[in-house]
Amino acid sequence: MRFIFKTSYEQDIALAKHGGHKLWYSLLMLVLLAAPWLLDEYGLAQLTLVLIYSIVGLGLMLLAGFTGLFSIGHAAFLGVGAYTQAVMTNAGIPFPVALVAAAALSAVVGVVVGLPALRVKGIYLGIATLAFGFIVEEVFARWESVTGGNAGMHVKAPAFFEWKLETASELYFLCLLATVISTLAILNLLRSPTGRAFVAIRDSEISAQSMGIHLAAYKTLSFAISAALAGLGGALYAHMIKFLSPDQFNIIQSIDLLLMVVIGGLGSVHGAFLGAIFLITMPQLISSVKDFLPDFIGQAPGLKAVIYGAVLIAFVLFEPLGIYGRWLKTRTWFSLFPFYRKGMFKRQKSFQKSDRLR
Amino acid sequence: MSTDVLLSAQNLSVRFGGVLAVNKVSFDVRRGEVFTLIGPNGAGKTTVFNLISRIYTPTTGTIVYDGAELTKQPAHAVASLGIARTFQNIELFEHATVLQNLLIGRHTHRGTNLLDDLLFTPRARRAAHEAREKVERVIDFLDLQHHRDSMIAGLPYGIRKVVELARALASEPRLLLLDEPSSGLNVEETEDMVFWIDDIRREFGATVLMVEHDMSLVSKVSDRVLAMNQGEVLALGTPEEVQAHPGVIEAYLGSQEDMSSLRRAPAP
Repeated sequence: MRFIFKTSYEQDIALAKHGGHKLWYSLLMLVLLAAPWLLDEYGLAQLTLVLIYSIVGLGLMLLAGFTGLFSIGHAAFLGVGAYTQAVMTNAGIPFPVALVAAAALSAVVGVVVGLPALRVKGIYLGIATLAFGFIVEEVFARWESVTGGNAGMHVKAPAFFEWKLETASELYFLCLLATVISTLAILNLLRSPTGRAFVAIRDSEISAQSMGIHLAAYKTLSFAISAALAGLGGALYAHMIKFLSPDQFNIIQSIDLLLMVVIGGLGSVHGAFLGAIFLITMPQLISSVKDFLPDFIGQAPGLKAVIYGAVLIAFVLFEPLGIYGRWLKTRTWFSLFPFYRKGMFKRQKSFQKSDRLR
Repeated sequence: MSTDVLLSAQNLSVRFGGVLAVNKVSFDVRRGEVFTLIGPNGAGKTTVFNLISRIYTPTTGTIVYDGAELTKQPAHAVASLGIARTFQNIELFEHATVLQNLLIGRHTHRGTNLLDDLLFTPRARRAAHEAREKVERVIDFLDLQHHRDSMIAGLPYGIRKVVELARALASEPRLLLLDEPSSGLNVEETEDMVFWIDDIRREFGATVLMVEHDMSLVSKVSDRVLAMNQGEVLALGTPEEVQAHPGVIEAYLGSQEDMSSLRRAPAP
């Protein structure tokens, strides 16, 4: 059991709240820095994908988990970022410029999508973003002169004049850097007035407005930041996959992204990372278990979709706080042993206004 | 007490379809006073509040606040003019701590822009410290130290009520709108509320406009009372004057004629 004795306001705004945080996050960083030497080629590729999806997840978490706006078309932003990056690097533009441009263009598209969000809420916003996702996918397929249409397009390795990032570990470090920067930006945002304004909008719009929060501006801002992160993730994804086609940014991808933040744990930054790990490792787990199952189950088509669906239903029913919530409970159980009570994390049902979150 | 007017509502009316919720209501709130709206349920008190905080737009009439027309301002701009409010059915940010709620109350004094926030620049850090100091002053004032880091979702009703008051105070308002501050509080908590409202006026220099049903609280703290019924003004004056006003008694208790009709017919 850890008791934090607070002696300064600085402790409440510090990123690492106590020595344990410093130790574990430094160790995690060391392991991540050493990963190219610790993992084989396949493992490193998986880890790179986890990082990329974490960036996208952070963006969607900000939007869905902290601002309370759901987007079922987030793959569109991923696609805008990916195609922007592909077109620009193929044209020989240095990759840092392309990355910034990909994030910026996605942000602009995010603002455009954010505008209807000012008028519609909940399920209607879901439908609006879903429709937007279809439109963008269609644009990718039809705008052949730029995107190569359904035939797809190849993406060159990221290059900065003569310097080329061709190996897997170079790309990995680029993704790691982008992840660290995005995470710090989100954490900073959440401990400052902008992030608190998002949380205020999520929990009570009317009261947020009376506190002087400009609802339209902050909702649009949330969409823009979320889309920018998805665009950045998409740009890195383009380099990772090296070949883009419109069907990579369809509704299935959007649902995967939403699944990721819900299973990871809405309303927590950790959730974005845990969700990304889940999303990337799950197909591997399924295919490794496949061989031990009887053929009519193991070889059945759509096995992955069924398992994903079942897991999502299980989480919504039994652990609405996601993997991160489960971790919090486990940690509390150990730190309070033997005094953990079953109802400790139970939310009071009365007075619960922000049901849109959990 | 000074007599200069902070908020002046003239001829306010608001119509929802066929319902005339507020009908030609005029009143002045003087700087530094506690002004209370009373009236039976559905009298239009909360509607008047919502007109002032710009959640509704009046059908006719004007609201002049500190020399400027309020009805031309968008809803989110009202807070930066120095008007803060609480809600009848508590509207706190449930999945945030008490401290975060109060910090959100300081939104209009944020002093940073998006870039400061993203990079958490020294300026953002300084602003965070300043906000915290102001918020701590409110926490001390309302004795919320124990609940500073508690989630709202786990707090009892009475504490939430105080947190909502604290959040409004954190914005350093010049005009504080309190919508039924004592509803749901027990006797002891209501007495605390009396002291707090008195102190808010003295220590924070705020003018208080409130809606309240508890007449003992009303007569203890109010300088002037406005009684409303069915969207119209019944009486305006000191608490004693309003309580003695025949129209007010009628609105609350019914008229003599109504009473006589209920009386058992005298035996022949």
